[in-house]
Amino acid sequence: MIVHLPVLQVVLPLLCAPLCVLFRTPRVAALIYFIAAASAFACAVGLNIQTLDGIVLHYQLGGWSPPAGIEYVIDGANAPLLLLVSLIALLVSVYAPRSIASELEPARVGLFFACMCLCLAGLLGIAATGDAFNVFVFLEISSLASYALIALGARRRALLAAFQYLVLGTIGGTFLLIGIGLVYAITGTLNMADLAQRVSELGENRALIGAIAFVTIGMAIKAAVFPLHAWQPGAYSESPSAVGVFLSATGSKIALYTLCRFLFTIFGASVAFQVLPLTQIGLLVGCVGMIAGSLMACLQTDFKRVLAWSSIGQVGYIVAGISLATSEGLTAAYLHILNHALIKAALFAAAGVVMLRLGGTDLQSIAGLGRLMPWTFAMIVVAGLGLIGVPLSAGFVSKWALATALIDSGQWLVLAAVLFSSLLALVYVGRIVEAAWFREPQAGRTPAAVPRAMTAVTALLAISTIYFGIDTRLPLALAQTASAALLGAAP
Amino acid sequence: MIALPAALTGAGQALALPLTVLLPLLAGALVLLLRRSPDLRDGSSMLMGLVLALVVGALWSAPDAELSFTIWNWLPGLAFEFRMEPLGLLFATVSAVLWPLTTLYAVGYMRGNAEKHQTRFFLCFALAIAAAQWIAFSGNLVTLFVGYEFMTLATWPLVAHKGNEDAKRGARVYLAVLLTTSIGLLLPAIVWTYLLTGTTQFSDGGVLAGHGSPALFAVLYAMFLFGIGKAALMPFHRWLPAAMVAPTPVSALLHAVAVVKAGVFSVLKVTIYIFGLDNLSTSGASQPMMWVAAFTLLAAGVIAVRQDNLKKRLAYSTVSQLSYIVLGAALAQHYAVLEGALHIATHAVGKITLFFCAGAIYTAHHLTRVSELDGLGQKMPYTFAAFTVASISIIGLPPLAGSWDKLLLIEGSLEAGVPVMLGVLLAGALLAIAYLMPVPMRAFFVRSDTHGADPDNPSGNPRPRTEPVQEAPLACVLPLCITALACIAMFFFEDALIEPLARRLGSP
Repeated sequence: MIVHLPVLQVVLPLLCAPLCVLFRTPRVAALIYFIAAASAFACAVGLNIQTLDGIVLHYQLGGWSPPAGIEYVIDGANAPLLLLVSLIALLVSVYAPRSIASELEPARVGLFFACMCLCLAGLLGIAATGDAFNVFVFLEISSLASYALIALGARRRALLAAFQYLVLGTIGGTFLLIGIGLVYAITGTLNMADLAQRVSELGENRALIGAIAFVTIGMAIKAAVFPLHAWQPGAYSESPSAVGVFLSATGSKIALYTLCRFLFTIFGASVAFQVLPLTQIGLLVGCVGMIAGSLMACLQTDFKRVLAWSSIGQVGYIVAGISLATSEGLTAAYLHILNHALIKAALFAAAGVVMLRLGGTDLQSIAGLGRLMPWTFAMIVVAGLGLIGVPLSAGFVSKWALATALIDSGQWLVLAAVLFSSLLALVYVGRIVEAAWFREPQAGRTPAAVPRAMTAVTALLAISTIYFGIDTRLPLALAQTASAALLGAAP
Repeated sequence: MIALPAALTGAGQALALPLTVLLPLLAGALVLLLRRSPDLRDGSSMLMGLVLALVVGALWSAPDAELSFTIWNWLPGLAFEFRMEPLGLLFATVSAVLWPLTTLYAVGYMRGNAEKHQTRFFLCFALAIAAAQWIAFSGNLVTLFVGYEFMTLATWPLVAHKGNEDAKRGARVYLAVLLTTSIGLLLPAIVWTYLLTGTTQFSDGGVLAGHGSPALFAVLYAMFLFGIGKAALMPFHRWLPAAMVAPTPVSALLHAVAVVKAGVFSVLKVTIYIFGLDNLSTSGASQPMMWVAAFTLLAAGVIAVRQDNLKKRLAYSTVSQLSYIVLGAALAQHYAVLEGALHIATHAVGKITLFFCAGAIYTAHHLTRVSELDGLGQKMPYTFAAFTVASISIIGLPPLAGSWDKLLLIEGSLEAGVPVMLGVLLAGALLAIAYLMPVPMRAFFVRSDTHGADPDNPSGNPRPRTEPVQEAPLACVLPLCITALACIAMFFFEDALIEPLARRLGSP
């Protein structure tokens, strides 16, 4: 059983998807999704316990040995992602039933959970696989599922958002495929370990550089790295609340992981960062992204859109960390991948609660709600402090790590951009807090009861952002093993 | 003096240090729990304040004791920890002793003016004190930074308390300046220090010596001093006047007890325990900041003279007075640093008295401008007597508390070889006379002319020579009398406050 953990956690959600469709009843479908997510989470915990000890797990699908067969490789670099994605999926499975019931007619709830299972299976598959083409397959599985999920949003604009994402996501996926095709053409293999070895023997090669460019841009689109972010604000803010929570915390993070995996493990840092000026490009794009994203977040009038734009800014931090291509930089990037996922999930979860109560998340309409929904807004403040990076919040840990990495590499300008962007975060979080507490509520508003399951999930996420801001052992250990795995030997 | 149980001051984990943070937090929790009954709520705050003052006071029985408490290992090599040393004990004492007094005053003020949201007010008040205690006993820069930021956030709702456009605008400036400086300059300075030395621990003699060039130190020192925006060095002083929209007890808290003192305390702490006095004076790294402080001292004084709004005038006077402390730090000389430490205490007591008076005037007569105070001295004799005493103390005339530290600063600047500072100090004292003394002088000696237009007195005959006393509520007047008396009393025993620090610094 333990030996099969790498594949089980992908296969179980995949198998649960048709079950959800078969038992259309909302309750049963929700239960099936919960089982899928819980078992995936259990597998991920089991895997992480092993990888934290420095073990690299190889699993050959159907017993076919690589490079002919498909191999799953779990090492320090992808295990944290498995843990993150399955944890968020598990929390969403508690959060979603109540939230989706208010946004979707009962007949389609079963389909919703089927898509959630597929999306989860896809994301876990991308992380777990050790085969380059398999990454593309799972990317398409998760993307197709997420297009459908976004289109389920209550407003008609959700359709437009889903279509936008469909077009851009397909371009991203295709770019990845072209990149993989190019390396396959020059090396004749798709297994990552095998690829890594053959690429290192190639030396400088034009097709290889083309492949790096295609993969990088493709994944940058999927991760909504500025300026390739056009699909993201709509997709995050128009989708059903539960989908917003799930995608904002996991979708772009998996794309960034894939980028790291290709750049560091397959292409090798020396080619990607020395032959190509990816450090300079990445730092530039990261800086522009963190400032532009945060600026735009300050200008939004809708709570969910503020959060979506803030994600574009926060992804800039991660991109900057990756671009340094140092072990400190990658540690910082991974820390922020984990911390930002928790922070943003908490905020989108809180936005979902507000949405359920008000039917919208316009900043005008949340005026004075701090007193009517004190707990929900307390969670928003707590998580919001993480976005700013106030000490004792998770965001501060990643900012400290990033600042250390940047000063260590002498990137003072980037550091200035990071700090400036945190100040902008203060502005957009401050606007929400000010609206909620220091404005009079609209007439006729009464304190509204909030579904317990949703509040519990929001609270758990918000408290976790503080917990991991104080007790940094787990995220730090995960991030350091990840950075060691990426910069060290191939899987 | 009471002795604390050995468990609290033991050699291992000294529980007294976290206790000083927990007591205000407990007070905050009680405020929330007892929100239905205002008397119990405010009573519990005051009780906790007295207990805190006793605990901190008891620590003075052994001010040189090496007490420490590790809270948590945050990142490898970086722990949140408390570590007591004489300077921190001094700051902790100032805030712990003035907290119950301010609470008493705040009760009178908030009820006298029927302010709303009193529970939120007293909660944030307690949180700010917890942050002050945390800062006072911080054992390293990271711990200090945590408390510093927490204090900014905890006092923000206090500044925005009134909730009108003015208050929100003031609060925005407050938050923007303080967080911009701390995130933009202080945090990178801390990270840089950590990368240079591998530690952020406050150690005797500093940790930076030998880890960089004088030019680097000068840049880093400037980053620290500007980054500690709470010290209100120009051009980062705007938050202080902006915060004047807050209720007066908040201004008292901001200007005397917690916020600004946390700023200058951090400046002294960084100067003594991170850079090291010898290191600074040999490298000359603090010279540029010395001039910035001198400029702020004079410029803020000039602005203060021109303010008609009493609270604004006091705010700029604070900016000016804080620069005495920063100047003392930047001179990087034994006596000058002692002056900085002493000025934390004397200015706290003096300035809190002045703000208490300003609030009492507002509560009793709803007056906010200096030009409206003519003849008010007869109606509010205690308030204006206290104002006079505190003003003289802040100007630095004997026999009041503020005189010793001015003397120390003069000695310090001579020792440091910058006699031109004597001129600055003289001008500063003259400016202080110019912006403080008109207030009691108008109140006592200028006769109110409002009666000329008094419909009850159309003949314009001279009004009766004595007017009925109309003081603010007792809860307001009592604290300001106590602090005014403290201004006098401190003159006689304040060497005890800085003696442990002097020992710690070694001979000059």
